[in-house]
Amino acid sequence: MSDTELTHPHGVAQAQGKIDGHVSTLALTSHRVLLWLQSPRPYLMFIGFSLFLGFWYLSVEFWKLPRFAEMPGLTAVVSEWLSKNPTYGLSIFMEEYYLHIWVSTKRIAIAFFLATAIGVPLGLFLGWSKRFKQYVFPVFELLRPVPPLAWVPLAIVMFHGSETPVIFLTFLASFYATALNTMLGVESIDISYIRAASCLGAKRWQVFRHIVVPGALPFIFTGLQISVGVAWFSLVAGEMVSGQYGLGYVINTSYTMVRYPTIIIGMVTLGIVGYVTSAAIRLLGDYMMQWRTREFGLGDDR
Amino acid sequence: MQPAYAAPRSIGGATTQPTPKGGVRIIDVVKMYGSQDSGVLAVDHCTFNVPAGQITVVVGPSGCGKTTLLNAIAGFHSLTSGSIYLDEEMLCGPGKLKADPGPDRIVVFQNGALFPWKTNIENVAFGPIMQGHMTRKEAYEKARDMMVDAGLRGIEGNYPGEISSGVRRRVEIVRALMTDPKILLLDEPYRALDSLTKSVMHEALLEIFYKNRVTIFFITHDLEEAIFLGHRVVIMTTRPCKPKKILDIDIPHPRDYSVLTTKRFREFMEETVAAVHEEATKAFAAGERER
Repeated sequence: MSDTELTHPHGVAQAQGKIDGHVSTLALTSHRVLLWLQSPRPYLMFIGFSLFLGFWYLSVEFWKLPRFAEMPGLTAVVSEWLSKNPTYGLSIFMEEYYLHIWVSTKRIAIAFFLATAIGVPLGLFLGWSKRFKQYVFPVFELLRPVPPLAWVPLAIVMFHGSETPVIFLTFLASFYATALNTMLGVESIDISYIRAASCLGAKRWQVFRHIVVPGALPFIFTGLQISVGVAWFSLVAGEMVSGQYGLGYVINTSYTMVRYPTIIIGMVTLGIVGYVTSAAIRLLGDYMMQWRTREFGLGDDR
Repeated sequence: MQPAYAAPRSIGGATTQPTPKGGVRIIDVVKMYGSQDSGVLAVDHCTFNVPAGQITVVVGPSGCGKTTLLNAIAGFHSLTSGSIYLDEEMLCGPGKLKADPGPDRIVVFQNGALFPWKTNIENVAFGPIMQGHMTRKEAYEKARDMMVDAGLRGIEGNYPGEISSGVRRRVEIVRALMTDPKILLLDEPYRALDSLTKSVMHEALLEIFYKNRVTIFFITHDLEEAIFLGHRVVIMTTRPCKPKKILDIDIPHPRDYSVLTTKRFREFMEETVAAVHEEATKAFAAGERER
């Protein structure tokens, strides 16, 4: 293969007698993109999408299968979505479309930020201090299975206006996922690292900062990925209950006003924006954990 | 490298070597896991010395309690009774059953414990920076020098995951030496390596030892490794662990791999292999019973 040099950095280092020891993130990313294009994956993905869209088209517009006959068809949705003058008022040319996306994204951003800012430290302490865990974790575990929707009445009673209850609901699910994964991340750290650090003279808080936090990062980022996913999930639920803008609101009002293609536009947009947010978190994770990226991308024996 | 080493017993007027440090005395140590009556006895009235400035190798079947002893010296576990001294200082004993971990006793772990999220040089410089002995800059300079000294030039900026496991072990030993420990505690450090890499690692370890003359406490289940490296070999009984046989290996240092084929080496092997085999058989039988 053409990438032997990259997969055996140390062998190369010894052969040349020296190595600069640094592979830039950019080089790594382009290397990966190249590998991806050489693999069958992008083409299989393309086939997968084609099959899905083809089935949609055929079942609704061509065969008109019994259960699908009422559904908006592929061509109707696409032409509405791309229309400069949409029948139901929402397309990529309308300012309102972006307002909905913006409002939803802003809510996600606030809720996700709060969930991370509170969830990560809480998870770190839950994993780090047994005593703290004994106090807090039972309560945490009791509240965690309560679905965000069950919080709707309380959220509306507790928070005034239409904005804060939605953000609160979005925050909740995110927060559990982040805190729980962070805690598991701390608990997953090999005790040898902590012992080695204390051997080398690190005080307790130094161990926390240099071992516990970076050691938990892989789990934290897994948690953040789940967290942003469930944030969208509960955001839509929240927006269906209250709010005047947002993609969940679009879907709900389009339903009551019988604008079926707009429902699909809302759903597809949610899918795309949701994917972008979790991809952004993955990228941030790769950036913050270059030791890991390099290990997986380049290392040969682990 | 030869002149850097002087046999510890020959320290007299002319030599400039400082008196070696890091002798450990293990006195009547007992370690019991679990409660007093239903617990498991891991270490049973164990007494022996680790002479300063020498390599002492503890051999015993897997799971016999060797690591328990090492953990007690390092300060990871408490004793049930007995005491352990490092030179004149009591590490643990009556009234203080658990030693405090510290940079005078550095452990090199079985599976390696270089922090994967720090580059090799960050790992090596970690100790002095944490202790506040050196500024960041001084620590990195010393780390770089020591890595070059140990033949580890060019991997400073790499992460441990990017280098081979043999090299990782050497980086870890350099990290240990950075803090000027009195004693290195090595817990089967070469267990996961193939035998060829292992032989290279043994010579590298001896070279480091000749240069630094740090006391080494080495745990293994590999008898050949034990006799090749050790001034003193302590053969342990299977759980509960205590010394079965203590041998002083009089093969002169510095040693290299040609030692393995000498008559004296074979004699030591013959003298000990039966004892080790007997304990291994017992350990195996005990394992069968538990199942």
